Amino acid sequence: MYKILKYAFYDLIRSKWSYVYFAFYLLISGSLLFLTGDISKVIISLMNIVLVLVPLIASIFGVMYYYNSREFTELLLAQPIRRSNIFLGQYFGLSVSLSSSLFLGIGIPFLFFGIFRSAEIWNFFILILTGVLLTFIFSALAFLVALQNENKLKGFGFMLFIWLFLAIIYDGLFLLSLIVFKDYPLESLSISMSMFNPIDLSRVLILLKLDISALMGYTGAVFRKFFGNDNGLILSSLVLLMWVIIPVAFIARVSKRKDF
Amino acid sequence: MKNVIEIQQLVKSFGKTRVLEGIDLNFEASRISVVLGPNGSGKTTMIKSVLGMVIPNSGSIKVLGTDIQGQWDYRKNISYLPQIANFPPNLTALELVNMLADLRGGNQHTRELIERFGLGPFMRIRLSNLSGGTRQKVNILLAFMSDAPVIILDEPTNGLDPVALIRLKSLIAQKKSEGRSFLITTHIMQLVEELADEIVFLLEGKIYFKGTVSELKGTFNENNIEKAIARILLTNNVA
Repeated sequence: MYKILKYAFYDLIRSKWSYVYFAFYLLISGSLLFLTGDISKVIISLMNIVLVLVPLIASIFGVMYYYNSREFTELLLAQPIRRSNIFLGQYFGLSVSLSSSLFLGIGIPFLFFGIFRSAEIWNFFILILTGVLLTFIFSALAFLVALQNENKLKGFGFMLFIWLFLAIIYDGLFLLSLIVFKDYPLESLSISMSMFNPIDLSRVLILLKLDISALMGYTGAVFRKFFGNDNGLILSSLVLLMWVIIPVAFIARVSKRKDF
Repeated sequence: MKNVIEIQQLVKSFGKTRVLEGIDLNFEASRISVVLGPNGSGKTTMIKSVLGMVIPNSGSIKVLGTDIQGQWDYRKNISYLPQIANFPPNLTALELVNMLADLRGGNQHTRELIERFGLGPFMRIRLSNLSGGTRQKVNILLAFMSDAPVIILDEPTNGLDPVALIRLKSLIAQKKSEGRSFLITTHIMQLVEELADEIVFLLEGKIYFKGTVSELKGTFNENNIEKAIARILLTNNVA
């Protein structure tokens, strides 16, 4: 698996899209830092960008990468390697290269602004961590969707729908359910509902860490009351990790039975 | 003679379409076997079953005596040239060669092949910047560089210029004389005539003919392969 990962990473990190993605983050975080000069505010602005953009880019790249390398995958399938190693290698190659663009693009401007001397270092760390986790989660979902759909258009459409649902529609439904059931105790419902959406969960994670009550939605408030800060952080990180592990396990399983 | 590949009662369907309808076929060592058949006849599915890329519904396949079901290590004995040469765009040919060598292990004979196909100046260029013909030469290099006793070539002449084609044919003949076995699919009848020790003709998932070139011509009373094959198709109402 490591060998495939290595070459997939080499290939992807040299693609022009990796540079564009890197340059985008460099520009955004650089200019935000330059304009406001307030690290804490910039982290919150970047959070809003990262929570929407990272899942979208990982979804598109994941599906595109799978379909574009289909013929090469066939050549790899004819080599003496386990099937699951091929797909896991490609998946990790993709996730690692996207995460590097994100990490370097955001990290370099913050480094110049003296993040290591600032009190915000842990908040910055959580921002990067959720960005990386979301990259891993949505690339895995994209790989899984592409593996199960031979038709490119269907695969793309389905993955974009998943993104749209989790990034936008889910929140609407969440709010609606809170209004409809407002006469009942809603703590457990809202906690479990945010577990099922990695984007919401990442938001909770960052907000818990930033400790800004004004920005906390209902979920954040409930989370905080329920778990206290540290437990909430650990729980939401663990659930995010499960969001990586479960789709990756499915990639390994589905790839074993598929005809190419 | 020893069989390198033994296929028994191989059945494969995709959804409701039955692509292979219980094929029994042996390929002998040190021979060039050409698999012919129109599009959709099951050639590619059969080859992919041997490579473990397609999982059969029933039947068994043995490569060099070992049953391949659920196995992957046996693939070190097979070299494969895919029909479409589409590689990671941002790697160079040299990196790709190293990657495959890395994955396969064992001896690799790259230098001689690079010289034979004049690939030297292209090895350090990104694969996305190479022409279709050059990419096919890289494809050939990947298929021939290992010591695997069985070589499977899917449409090897795609996009090759006449010089490269002549070099490929002599390469195949040389490897055969070294004792390697070939399984080739092609649409170029001239290549069949020049190389094939044995022809297998597939149609609608069944074997319609298996024998030498001269047997094929004799059976259908024709003096060239194209006409003999046209006869098979016409008598079976598929053309």
